[in-house]
Amino acid sequence: MAYEAGSYDVIVIGAGHAGVEAGLASARIGAKTLMVTINLDMVAFMPCNPSIGGPAKGIVVREIDALGGEMGKNIDKTYIQMRMLNTGKGPAVRALRAQADKFTYQHEMKKTLENQENLTLLQGMVESLIVEDGECRGIITQTGATYYAKSVVITTGTFLRGEIILGELKYSSGPNNQQPSIKLSEHLEALGFDMVRFKTGTPPRVNSHSIDYSKTEIQPGDDVPRAFSYETTKYITEQLPCWLTYTNEKTHTLIDNNLHRSPMYSGMIKGTGPRYCPSIEDKVVRFNDKPRHQIFLEPEGRNTQEVYVQGLSTSLPEDVQQDILRTIPGLENVQMMRAGYAIEYDSIVPTQLWPTLETKKVKNLYTAGQINGTSGYEEAAGQGLMAGMNAGLHSLGREQVILSRSDGYIGVLIDDLVTKGTNEPYRLLTSRAEYRLLLRHDNADLRLTEIGYNVGMISEERYQKFLSKKQQIEEEIMRLKKIILKPNAEVQGLIQSLGGSELKDGIRASDLLKRPEMSYAHIEQLAKATSELDDEVKEQVEIQIKYEGYIEKSLQQVDRLKKMENKKIPNQIDYDDINGLASEARQKLKSVRPLSLAQASRISGVNPADISILLVYLEQGRIAKVANE
Amino acid sequence: MELDTIAAISTPMGEGAIAIVRLSGPEAFDIADHLFKSVGDKRLKEVPSHTIHYGHIIDPKTDQVAEEVMVSAMKGPKTFTKEDVIEINCHGGLVSVNRVLQLMLTNGARLAEPGEFTKRAFLNGRIDLSQAEAVMDLIRAKTDKAMNVALGQMEGRLSNLIKRLRQEILEVLAHVEVNIDYPEYDDVEEMTHHLLLEKASFVQKEIEQLLRTSQQGKILREGLSTVIVGRPNVGKSSLLNSLVHENKAIVTDIPGTTRDVIEEYVNVRGVPLKLVDTAGIRETEDIVERIGVERSRQVLKEADLILLVVNYSDELTDEDINLFKAVEGMDVIVIVNKTDLEQKIDMEKVRQLAANQKLVTTSLLEEQGINELEEAISELFFTGSIEAEDMTYVSNSRHIALLHQALNSINDAIEGVDLGTPIDIVQIDLTRTWEILGEIIGDSVQDSLIDQLFSQFCLGK
Repeated sequence: MAYEAGSYDVIVIGAGHAGVEAGLASARIGAKTLMVTINLDMVAFMPCNPSIGGPAKGIVVREIDALGGEMGKNIDKTYIQMRMLNTGKGPAVRALRAQADKFTYQHEMKKTLENQENLTLLQGMVESLIVEDGECRGIITQTGATYYAKSVVITTGTFLRGEIILGELKYSSGPNNQQPSIKLSEHLEALGFDMVRFKTGTPPRVNSHSIDYSKTEIQPGDDVPRAFSYETTKYITEQLPCWLTYTNEKTHTLIDNNLHRSPMYSGMIKGTGPRYCPSIEDKVVRFNDKPRHQIFLEPEGRNTQEVYVQGLSTSLPEDVQQDILRTIPGLENVQMMRAGYAIEYDSIVPTQLWPTLETKKVKNLYTAGQINGTSGYEEAAGQGLMAGMNAGLHSLGREQVILSRSDGYIGVLIDDLVTKGTNEPYRLLTSRAEYRLLLRHDNADLRLTEIGYNVGMISEERYQKFLSKKQQIEEEIMRLKKIILKPNAEVQGLIQSLGGSELKDGIRASDLLKRPEMSYAHIEQLAKATSELDDEVKEQVEIQIKYEGYIEKSLQQVDRLKKMENKKIPNQIDYDDINGLASEARQKLKSVRPLSLAQASRISGVNPADISILLVYLEQGRIAKVANE
Repeated sequence: MELDTIAAISTPMGEGAIAIVRLSGPEAFDIADHLFKSVGDKRLKEVPSHTIHYGHIIDPKTDQVAEEVMVSAMKGPKTFTKEDVIEINCHGGLVSVNRVLQLMLTNGARLAEPGEFTKRAFLNGRIDLSQAEAVMDLIRAKTDKAMNVALGQMEGRLSNLIKRLRQEILEVLAHVEVNIDYPEYDDVEEMTHHLLLEKASFVQKEIEQLLRTSQQGKILREGLSTVIVGRPNVGKSSLLNSLVHENKAIVTDIPGTTRDVIEEYVNVRGVPLKLVDTAGIRETEDIVERIGVERSRQVLKEADLILLVVNYSDELTDEDINLFKAVEGMDVIVIVNKTDLEQKIDMEKVRQLAANQKLVTTSLLEEQGINELEEAISELFFTGSIEAEDMTYVSNSRHIALLHQALNSINDAIEGVDLGTPIDIVQIDLTRTWEILGEIIGDSVQDSLIDQLFSQFCLGK
């Protein structure tokens, strides 16, 4: 029986990594928010890797934190190990990665949700949306409960018509044997959304007691305390190690011999899988010259014996999985607790979204996470945050936020999705960002805190702290640019001890810092700051001075991009009315409906000549308007 | 809204006594001041707007005079584009104009896209609304044409070379990326400064080599080296004059490249001809007599095209037959001139001597047969039967400018390595090099890097 159950500003469907950020963002902005999920015990569940961060992804978590999101804070409370990656490389590609205690991660997140003002949690299965006059007005659940809302965000992950495939077995299911969402997927299709079928997979889990760790290599966390969130002050000191082992010829032969039983090769799996996350059978077939592949053994938490076998994602039959595991050093007697599996699911073609993540087809409806064709918790969370933020702002009649490609990896991610679409589950890679020197781990706060504060997700206290940090950085850079260091014994001595070439004349402290052998700590010895500065401030000063030339180059590129971005394309533009557009370009422009000339130029198939014509056409309209006035 | 400065040759190639290189944009005056040296050491920035100045374009790399010019300095907004505009009046002729344009492009200007001056004029409100459609048509038409031309040039060696270079760079990029995105994968070798330097130096050398060949004897830049031969009084001088007059070429005396030989450029239906020893023809009508037998053999040997003239109103002599023998195996057009007079020549014999070479009959005096001659020249050139050295190499200004940019970019990368800059930052310049090379062959898709990444390395969880 249908019944009216309530009315909200925003409803979020789903409580995975996208859903929780969406719900929190919307509620923190001040929108009255309802969050509905199939199973309240599975909030912020990690169905795959028990880890957060890594290159590009780790920077997304920092960005989420700078905008006022939760992922960074939550992992800081629940990690079992944390490492800074790429420390031997430049500052632009450094990234944090944490192994999570996946259970406490869930519990902490649920606690945060429950204590969030303006946010209501509800267990229920959404079956359809209320759509009238092309606008979404609410949702209806399996039990007939009808909730009204000004905006709705869908974050259904891999639940939409999910199907688990394990060897010869295939059944309808969400991840980890949860209830799939079937009616909602059919409903979206009926509303006219283009859907695609994607596939992803997960490896088996094994019992830690049955592992002989002496045959593996230890992978400890960093000794230095690390944190994702700019607000974290308490660090977890006791860390758990991961362990490294390898597949071998025996493993590969076994896989080869059982390929006929693999659903990947028997044609049972039809969805497109990600290239960056191939199954072990895929790796063995495609790279058959490799004598071994790495296998990382990652604990799933502090209070469990389950260990995640990273590198062994597979959909081979259960008995084969067990045999494969036992060919691996350290796992000779291993007990497999859960088999790996592949999962196929529906996602919508993301070019059907505006850069705000609102759908073009149905107003007030937003989608985020795996439903948009991405993979990864961080990618989901970043989208969830933006979709929730925009749904909230929209419901309150405020202006929505679009991050540009030069603002952050989140901007790159969303722009790629809505402009280019994707033909495999999309993962962020550092190479997708053209301004990655600007999109660093260390400066996420400098890039985004302002935005988070303006929408109301950053507290006044944190904002004041941020402003003071920013000022200190600027002042210290100015100071070092003014100080001239004379070639006296102290200076020459230090340079000599570092193996640099001695000074002939005086040199600006900032110029000396640019030398490869110099660090801020060295300069500090020669030109002491008037007041003691935070390590974070020192780090910024060093990076900003050392890489000034390269940063400057990137900023010039961004300037050019901004000019193109400021050329807005009105929504009511009629591409059929423009003479001279190439037909492929015309068709692509009609489908993507870019908001700016910059976005238009990134659509594949739209050439510079088409952009020129579009520009002239737009200017023609402007001139016509002036002439009429 | 567009802040860069564009440059292009604004007069039709080879059709005027002067040619104009036009610069438009905020840096037009800076770029011009950097390259232009006026007689009184005036700075164009400081002269009154809309004035013209005599001086020289100097190549800042060599400090040598590249061209004698008149420069018009026009401050915006009272200009065609409403931006700052500099117009450099050069002597006509492909070589000199191209050289000036090249200098502009390597010193901060970007080659204008087809119709871009007009586009800017429009965008800056200089042209009214009714002309907007025409501008769009212009962009489309010119782009298609330019595209076809570019594609035509792109077939073959240059495009293959660039593709190979890009693939080399792409592999390095993918290697660096995989180190960044998958720092724990031990079956991927770490890209070191040493390894990167090796690859970057290879790319640098290849680009330098390309640029070197582009500066040598480029046909399109320097013309098809053409020699007119024939006995005295067969009409060589008339042939020269009619080619020159028909095509309004001018005499260019390039110091240093010619000694006793003077060269003249004409543009015959798009084919640039460099007419060798035209002065000799004018003075004595006989190249052999003028520069000696050995030297003339040499000139013939170096020529890309020989125009052999015989007299319709005279019988073939031994001297004619010797000339036919001397040019055997070369690209020759045989011209039987003076058809306005009574025939005395044995055409059968001429055809036999000409064998499979092209043969044209003319009366230069009555302007008969000149069209056919021009047709023959352009056919010979465009069907590719003339095999001049380096024909497939870089000739077009846009390509040369892009190659210079690519070279600067790869040099920056190498400098970065020398300074010990982290590899992922050096990679910015390497990526830029890859993109610029992509612009030459019209391909700059970012996604190919990601494809490379996954096909080259075994990655995953």
